[in-house]
Amino acid sequence: MSSEAVLLLALFIPLASTVFIAANDTRPDWREGATLLASLLLLGTVLSLLPEVLAGGRPSVDLFELIPGLPLRLTVEPLGMMFAGVAALLWPLNSLYSIGYMRGNKEQHQTRFYVCFAVAIASAIGVAFSGNLLTLFVFYEALTLSTYPLVTHKGTPEAMRAGRLYLGILLGTSIGLLLLAIVWTWRIAGVLDFTPGGILAGHIEGPAIAVLLALFVFGIGKAALMPFHHWLPAAMVAPTPVSALLHAVAVVKAGVFAVMKVIVYVFGIDFLSATSASQWLMWVAALTILLASCVAMTQDNLKARLAYSTISQLGYVVLGAALATSLGVIGGSMQIAMHAMGKITLFFCAGAIYTATHKTEISQMDGLGRVMPFTFGAFLIGSLSIIGLPPLGGSWSKWYLLAGTADAGQWAMMAVLLVSSLLNVAYLLPIAARGFFAPLTHETGEVSVRETPLACIVPLCLTASGCVLLFFSADALYTLLAPIATR
Amino acid sequence: MQILGLYNYWIFIVLMMCGFYVVMSRGNLVKKLVGLNIFQTSVFILYISMGKIIGGTAPIIVNQPDVVYSNPIPHVLILTAIVVGIATTSLGLALVVRINEAYGTIEEDEIHEQDEEESL
Amino acid sequence: MIDHLPALQVVIPLIAAPLSALFRPGRAVWGLAMAASGLSLLIAILLLRQVLEQGVISYPMGNWPAPWGIEYRVDAANAFMLLIVSMIGTVVIAFARTVVEQRIRLPEHKQPWFYTAYLLCLTGLLGMIVTGDAFNVFVFLEISSLSSYVLISLGRDRRALTAAYQYLIMGTIGATFILIGIGLLYVMTGTLNMMDLAARIPAVSGTRTIRAAFAFLTVGVSLKLALFPLHLWLPNAYAYAPSPVTAFLAATATKVAIYVLLRFFFTIFGAEFSFNVMELDRILLPLALIGIFSASVVAIFQTNVKRMLAYSSVAQIGYMILGVSLVSVTGLTSTLSHLFNHALMKGTLFMALGCISFRIGAASLDRMAGVGRVMPWTMGAFVIGGLSLIGAPLTAGFVSKWYLILGALERGWWPVAALVLLTSLLAVIYLWRVVEVAYFKPAPERPVREAPLALLIPTWTLALANLYFGMETSLNAGVARRAAETLLGVAP
Repeated sequence: MSSEAVLLLALFIPLASTVFIAANDTRPDWREGATLLASLLLLGTVLSLLPEVLAGGRPSVDLFELIPGLPLRLTVEPLGMMFAGVAALLWPLNSLYSIGYMRGNKEQHQTRFYVCFAVAIASAIGVAFSGNLLTLFVFYEALTLSTYPLVTHKGTPEAMRAGRLYLGILLGTSIGLLLLAIVWTWRIAGVLDFTPGGILAGHIEGPAIAVLLALFVFGIGKAALMPFHHWLPAAMVAPTPVSALLHAVAVVKAGVFAVMKVIVYVFGIDFLSATSASQWLMWVAALTILLASCVAMTQDNLKARLAYSTISQLGYVVLGAALATSLGVIGGSMQIAMHAMGKITLFFCAGAIYTATHKTEISQMDGLGRVMPFTFGAFLIGSLSIIGLPPLGGSWSKWYLLAGTADAGQWAMMAVLLVSSLLNVAYLLPIAARGFFAPLTHETGEVSVRETPLACIVPLCLTASGCVLLFFSADALYTLLAPIATR
Repeated sequence: MQILGLYNYWIFIVLMMCGFYVVMSRGNLVKKLVGLNIFQTSVFILYISMGKIIGGTAPIIVNQPDVVYSNPIPHVLILTAIVVGIATTSLGLALVVRINEAYGTIEEDEIHEQDEEESL
Repeated sequence: MIDHLPALQVVIPLIAAPLSALFRPGRAVWGLAMAASGLSLLIAILLLRQVLEQGVISYPMGNWPAPWGIEYRVDAANAFMLLIVSMIGTVVIAFARTVVEQRIRLPEHKQPWFYTAYLLCLTGLLGMIVTGDAFNVFVFLEISSLSSYVLISLGRDRRALTAAYQYLIMGTIGATFILIGIGLLYVMTGTLNMMDLAARIPAVSGTRTIRAAFAFLTVGVSLKLALFPLHLWLPNAYAYAPSPVTAFLAATATKVAIYVLLRFFFTIFGAEFSFNVMELDRILLPLALIGIFSASVVAIFQTNVKRMLAYSSVAQIGYMILGVSLVSVTGLTSTLSHLFNHALMKGTLFMALGCISFRIGAASLDRMAGVGRVMPWTMGAFVIGGLSLIGAPLTAGFVSKWYLILGALERGWWPVAALVLLTSLLAVIYLWRVVEVAYFKPAPERPVREAPLALLIPTWTLALANLYFGMETSLNAGVARRAAETLLGVAP
């Protein structure tokens, strides 16, 4: 099969699975079997593209013309390959986890949940493989809309409010700013294709570059750059598998991935560093990193703390992009994968704790680590990876980012990264520490606690070991990503 | 002199404004239709008078080279417009009858009051 | 036969109209109306193909040559319009049967008259588009208007009567203004043929009479197309008319008025006179912007969903006029494209709403609680139409919005582009109010069933068309661009 067909297949598999999922509304085993099967097929399909991309191939396929002269184009390049790989790798794990979680908590509307989930994955794959800005926009919006029913899954007034905020910010920024930026780019450059080295050089100059960049990065609200980050904590009302895969991986990563793609392939890092139009963005990213970390410390709700941690960690990616140096871009891109693995572990643990004990606040989790050793062990590993300690994957992305700041001579940014790592320690480690070392309080002791269902434990152990594995395979990731930073 | 010489257009304008005023100011639905009629009729006069040529006769071919004809086309056109006007008026009146059946009044403000009450 | 297509386009529904009055109530008369509108759709498709391949078609009515007889003239712009109107006409009539049988203010034996009025309205709209004669435009305008007053008054709510009356008064004033304008043009040029008018007007364009004619025509047509602030007749008329009538009028009537506006401004007066001498864009631009903004805001506060969509229509008309006021190929492309796309999206929305009110008896927001659960297909169509209205990518609405923003940027009008995007967000707000109520409020206690297939099929046809034309844009962007070039006179 040609790689073009494989590319289409990657988009088609999750979409086709929705039909099977919807058709088996009354047979949960079949329905979830279809999800698992589709996710494994997708993983195989996406991985089969890898050798060609590593060999320098850029398979591309045009579907139809959205606007005359502007086709819906799918292209595989290293960055997208990595993002698609991450999404495809974590979907099977998440599906397994969802089964345990959704059944364990007896959630309503499970069919709708799996259908929307599959559509969201398809959109994320579309974002990853988008060959031009318009395609990116199309799948970006599809991702917003398909995750809306997931955020409002519970149907409570609180979920509806969160849904309103979610849709309001994400649609508002994307229609109000991103679309404007895209039309503007089309107007001045005449193309929207992602091209190594960028397409804007020579078409725009002066302060307008910074304005266009601002329209892009704030327009991509999914990157959760402050002040457009409120949707992410709000979206935590969703069931935990959604928070895990979508709001720690697919959706937010689609955001920072889009920012990265815009900076690398639309502006071009040489163009940006030559004009220093991304200087301000560095500061916004730094501010987001620090402020979100500080807010995270004040949160007692576990998922909310993780959400603010995500905002902060997304700032790393944007910072890496804004540095506009090779190492910064590679570090930022790596952070997409490393953080995904770490954060999904943490969310899996949060969900596992909730399923087993129905506890959501950190202050109630004293001593739980002793009865749930696997969960809290995985949590510890995930935390360490996020903080960036070896031998865990997160250390590499931090390392490259630090090298990037040194490369760019941005010593202030280096300081920000270091301070932020300390903050990470301060808000993540106490959770695991309390779980293992604090005595079981009266409050926690009353429920007869045991480990969560096996379907929850297996995935979180796998992702935790993934964090370790990534540490040793960073070299491969570097080889994959290196071409994006050099022309 | 020129202003007076164009008296036909003055009549058109005055009639038009009268009709327009009636449509806008009256609350009685039938009176509104009367105003609308006057308004439309003024346009008929505009068309008819612009086809008229002083000294011209009816546009019938006679074998005399120096006969001046009035232009028949505006007159024909306005026949169509008159038909349209009649249709409009009759439809309007039919609607007024129905409104009277439904509301028991043909005064605009009373109808409005009833609608307001209903929506409360 | 193929030569007579322009005439048949009008004649078929015109003959079918009185014929259907002779039928007994039942399916036969509906079949006749369906066949007539289906045939006109077929003819419109053939005409469009012919025009795109061979260029302008000129057809002398009754074989009278152009200056004396009435010429029908089909170019890319009106072939495109014919397609829109006949397409919507056909889909809506498929939708109408069930509603006419059960939900209309007509005793059963008079039901065939609905089709008579409907077909007459279709005739009038098609005639306005196809004709190349200025006075003929007026005649067809009145044919469509009179029949649409009748159609609106058939709504079950008694307010439909007052709405129809109000529309009759406003519509007649507008039509009479148009009549005056055409008369003044005739006085100065001695012709009614559009091509002759275009040729002769430049010689006399400095006169006050031509300017007066221009003003009368502008105001008259603006009344018919419901340009802010002349839109006051529209919300009531749309809100209380029977649902197929609302879907049909919202999707076609104002569009045809916009087409007439374009024809007069660009073909007859010429863009140079309209926009450089008369500086019409300076009036249209602010009116369009205020219209978009105020109508969108008002729509947010409506509790009757039908009325909300009616205000949304006023706002959408603003987008189309905004495209006109850009006076560029891109701007006009956005207008023409939006004529098409808006017909699809509003048709879908009003028909979906028709399905809902068919089952629950009203279209008010509080009574729609939970309908998303009991009528999933209907609400599905509503959501697709809504997304298209917002301008989400992969729906038809995105195409026209893209061109509108591009056109604004080409002129360097940043605030306009920003406002267009901002008002799309207002559309998100008013539509999402409905979605939230329909999906998240508890379902109604009375058992409510999904709408009958006879209503669902046409509704979904249009809903899928929204998606199809969001992906296959050779018609609503490609042909629209050619039509825009034709109107601006820069055609290749």
